[in-house]
Amino acid sequence: MKPYELTISEACAQMEVGNLTATALTQSCLSRIDEIEKDMHAFITVDRDGAIQQAEEADRNRKKGAAGRLCGIPLSIKDLLATKGIRTTCGSKILENYVPPYDATVVSMVKNEGAVILGKATMDEFAMGSTSETCAFGVPRNPWKKGYVAGGSSGGSAVSVASQECFASLGSDTGGSIRQPASLCGIVGMKPTYGRVSRYGLTAFASSLDQVGPLCRNVTDCALMMSIISGFDPKDSTSVKQPVPDYSSFLVDGLAGLKIGVPREYFTEGIDVEVENIVKNSIAVLKERGADIVEVTLPHTEYCVAVYYLIAPSEASSNLARYDGVHYGYRDLGADTLLEMYKRTRSKGFGSEVKRRILIGTYALSSGYYDAYYKKASQVRTLIVGDFKKAFQSCDVIVSPVTPTPAWRIGENNDDPLSVYLSDILTLSANLAGVPGMSVPGGVTNIGLPVGIQLQGPHFHEGDLLRVGYNLERGLKLGSRALDI
Amino acid sequence: MKISKKQVEHVAHLARLTLNEEELDRMTGQLDNLLLYVDKINELDTSRVVPTFHVFSVSNAFRDDIVKDSLPRKEALKNAPKQNGEMFQVPRII
Repeated sequence: MKPYELTISEACAQMEVGNLTATALTQSCLSRIDEIEKDMHAFITVDRDGAIQQAEEADRNRKKGAAGRLCGIPLSIKDLLATKGIRTTCGSKILENYVPPYDATVVSMVKNEGAVILGKATMDEFAMGSTSETCAFGVPRNPWKKGYVAGGSSGGSAVSVASQECFASLGSDTGGSIRQPASLCGIVGMKPTYGRVSRYGLTAFASSLDQVGPLCRNVTDCALMMSIISGFDPKDSTSVKQPVPDYSSFLVDGLAGLKIGVPREYFTEGIDVEVENIVKNSIAVLKERGADIVEVTLPHTEYCVAVYYLIAPSEASSNLARYDGVHYGYRDLGADTLLEMYKRTRSKGFGSEVKRRILIGTYALSSGYYDAYYKKASQVRTLIVGDFKKAFQSCDVIVSPVTPTPAWRIGENNDDPLSVYLSDILTLSANLAGVPGMSVPGGVTNIGLPVGIQLQGPHFHEGDLLRVGYNLERGLKLGSRALDI
Repeated sequence: MKISKKQVEHVAHLARLTLNEEELDRMTGQLDNLLLYVDKINELDTSRVVPTFHVFSVSNAFRDDIVKDSLPRKEALKNAPKQNGEMFQVPRII
């Protein structure tokens, strides 16, 4: 077995007994990158020298008996989390040469535990997209099947983990951007409760929806990452002062006493038959493991896409006003007036999808339309929040598909933004309601595409999701598979 | 039609974007399509519903007013497309 094939806990155990060094582990990932990255496009930037230096430091720390929980473990970071001294582009030409002078809080947290930052992962421009195809610096590929999308917007993060170029990744999820690529690439991804994890240093897309979370090879690694990155941060005033449990304590066999809800609205028209069967099979496994299965209802599900595609672009149009060519990023130097400079800079720096969302948001917030669009959508959001509150009175965890279909071909649907937006229908509501959501592998379709199972829980009940995910993993025993490169 | 080309042009100006003729046509069509779709929310009576802008009702998060180190000027200017070592430079405004 090659070192890059291990899980985080296996690699840590090997290093602890002296069978493996962080340097060798990092070298192993860098060789893996050399071997397959040209077919994967998981990275915008690979920081080889930095990674080796951090690995050597990790080895020294372990010798001194000062090994953190991620000592010597190579990670990738989605390219919208600030990394001090490493270019952070957000997948956009407007930030092509931006080098942050500080680390995002979550990046500091994993570094403090000894993690090795291998590089920055490809993503949809400013996290706006569901396939990572809007990235200005190359499109990540689904490692399971040539020619298929990896999902998005944390597509590079998912690919880097699924193709074993690194052990885990930090991504962000505004409407499914961790769960959906995790599902399409056959790995584990968690969007924590809004406020569970600091957003300081996360480039803002839609501030009331954005949340940082991990993408991992298995549920055990996910629990470890959650224990490390969770917690209040004085630099993010929306992070919540709630004690952080040891999430690995939730990884116990059996689901006795746990009620799992199946929302009837998530199994309606448009759900692929294979996806539906894989989800039903997973529900049967959870039942075998002792869970009570109950039907629940989330009656406003059909309004989620409309609400989300008004609220998220509105917040984005305001957040992205900062890209004006003054303090950092690209500036068009041909303009004589300030107004012209703004317009030329933004028109050349942003791609189509970002412009489209800025326009939608600006319109929805503009005088005369605010009440009809932004305020109305925010009122319907209240109804969606209410759906979850009610559903969680009769169950502990909600199980469903992550996406209505498996991955599709690269280039498909590119001319029809609305049809891509509609594919997000099953993940958007967790962000609108602020509840935690997770994707765990559930099976593979006949042509070899992975399908994830979505788990959602009440605010701050990530532990229950991990417990259910762990049992699903143990019950399904999916094992590993060869990549299609 | 929910939105006209002229309106899209106006919104683009508000957002400090310039669209060429081809972009303007395409964006108008796509925005119109989306606005027709989001009209769905009007099926619901929300006259008595309080809007949610934030899932946890956060009030002002105050911290103690203590002076801390800030980013050194050199660092703050490092990413600027144009600067003179002391200030960010922009085209003449007045």
